[in-house]
Amino acid sequence: MIEIDLLTFGYGAGHPGSQQSESVYQDFSLTIGRGEAWSIIGPSGCGKSTLLLLLAGLNRSLSGRIIIDGEEIVRPRPRTGLVLQDHGLLPWATVAENTRLGLKIRHFYGPDGRHSPLEMETDPVKCEARVQYWLEWLGIAALQEKYPSQLSRGQRQRAAIARTLVLEPDLLLLDEPFSALDAPIREELQRVMAGFHEESGLTSITVTHDIEEATLTGEKILVLTAGENRSAHVLDNEFAGAFERRSEVPFLERCAELRLLLGGVPAEERT
Amino acid sequence: MNRSTVLSALGGLCMFLLLWELAAMLLNQPVLPGPITVVPLFLQGMCGDLGHHFLASAGRVLAAIFLATIAATPLGLALGQMPRLDRLVNPLIAIIYPIPKIIFLPVIYVLMGISDFSKIFLIAIIIFFQILVVVRAEARALRPELILSVRSLGAGRRALFRYVYLPASLPAVLTALRVSVGTAVAVLFIAEQSLTQWGLGYYIVIETWQVLMYDEMYTGIMGMALLGVLLYFALYAVELRLRPEGCQD
Repeated sequence: MIEIDLLTFGYGAGHPGSQQSESVYQDFSLTIGRGEAWSIIGPSGCGKSTLLLLLAGLNRSLSGRIIIDGEEIVRPRPRTGLVLQDHGLLPWATVAENTRLGLKIRHFYGPDGRHSPLEMETDPVKCEARVQYWLEWLGIAALQEKYPSQLSRGQRQRAAIARTLVLEPDLLLLDEPFSALDAPIREELQRVMAGFHEESGLTSITVTHDIEEATLTGEKILVLTAGENRSAHVLDNEFAGAFERRSEVPFLERCAELRLLLGGVPAEERT
Repeated sequence: MNRSTVLSALGGLCMFLLLWELAAMLLNQPVLPGPITVVPLFLQGMCGDLGHHFLASAGRVLAAIFLATIAATPLGLALGQMPRLDRLVNPLIAIIYPIPKIIFLPVIYVLMGISDFSKIFLIAIIIFFQILVVVRAEARALRPELILSVRSLGAGRRALFRYVYLPASLPAVLTALRVSVGTAVAVLFIAEQSLTQWGLGYYIVIETWQVLMYDEMYTGIMGMALLGVLLYFALYAVELRLRPEGCQD
């Protein structure tokens, strides 16, 4: 489904503040199959969020291509959903209005194939039913008239997820979606999303710095290193969604393996 | 606006008129006629020349509000979203912002000529900086993550403006206008005292005060007060309608 072909990306180029450009990806290639659940892990600054923004079409690579479903990504793709650590909800709009936002934007442009898919739901009754379905599914239907400032972090993140799922993506990109949440709420949302992946069969990519989260969310785990990434280091992982096996030895061994991989890379110089 | 707001506004008006009448009776001099004398004269005048003066002043303020808003809002949004440009321009804004713009009156008259436009321009630059500063603050508060996630929902430039920038800046624009409208009317009062034949400032100072027509002078003062009050409450009413309930402070 996703084809990353000889991708090169770096920071600093063109920025007057930095003396030299710092390459994060150099001729980096990777293939992600349809319906797979991936997690991406690496130390901060290794470019894992950058990769996600590149996949989302919100960042342009210096060279190389990213092809999703046969199309090169040069702008956000209508059927890619993105959820960031910072929920990105409009502060002046209610949860329901926020959840409707994507649909409103699609109506604003009409089915043009650029901003919205060519075949999109235009019936307002069905659209509203879909909004209500996802609000219900994420357990925030009762909060739909509240504003983001009146919600807990976990509830805000649920609203952000609802807003993305309303658009029925076939690819879901999650950038540290649960990192700012308390452990019990984080686990609950991890379970919700794991269940969703199993049900819907969509392709999902979760960026995280948490080893256990990477093990729980990715059937395949991409391990990135600080500094330049030239080749993809991918781990097959059978523990995705296996919440009940977390205390078993093989699970812990997998985590240890990841920790070793991460620890084996040059430590960051940033403080 | 609900009934209690209207009632309390009426109550305030009654109290004001009562105190005015009382003061007039106590002072008992031609320089302070009471509302019993002035209000009928005012209503009468509004149908004639005073009405013309009122419309001339109102037109200038509204034109200034319009010009300032369409110039300052996009610039404020741009500065708020482009930190590097903002850092460059900010020192200049910080210096100009607190300067009382009225002192540029002679310069503007000389440079722009004796026209309505020079008066409108003077008021517009006062409002311009008020709007610029608050809209910039609102735009700064729009985090990059928010823009990124809205873009990921499919929003291009036009949708971003419609669904993010416009709703983010509109309440701020209205608040800025509301707080600066008093200053705008005050500056108008001074600007209209010369180089024009129409306007409440001209009417109050030249046509009535200088010829000691105190009763008529007060109708002009009432007109100018009304102009300020009407603008203030009109802006406030729009603001209340636009403000979501959850954000009330």
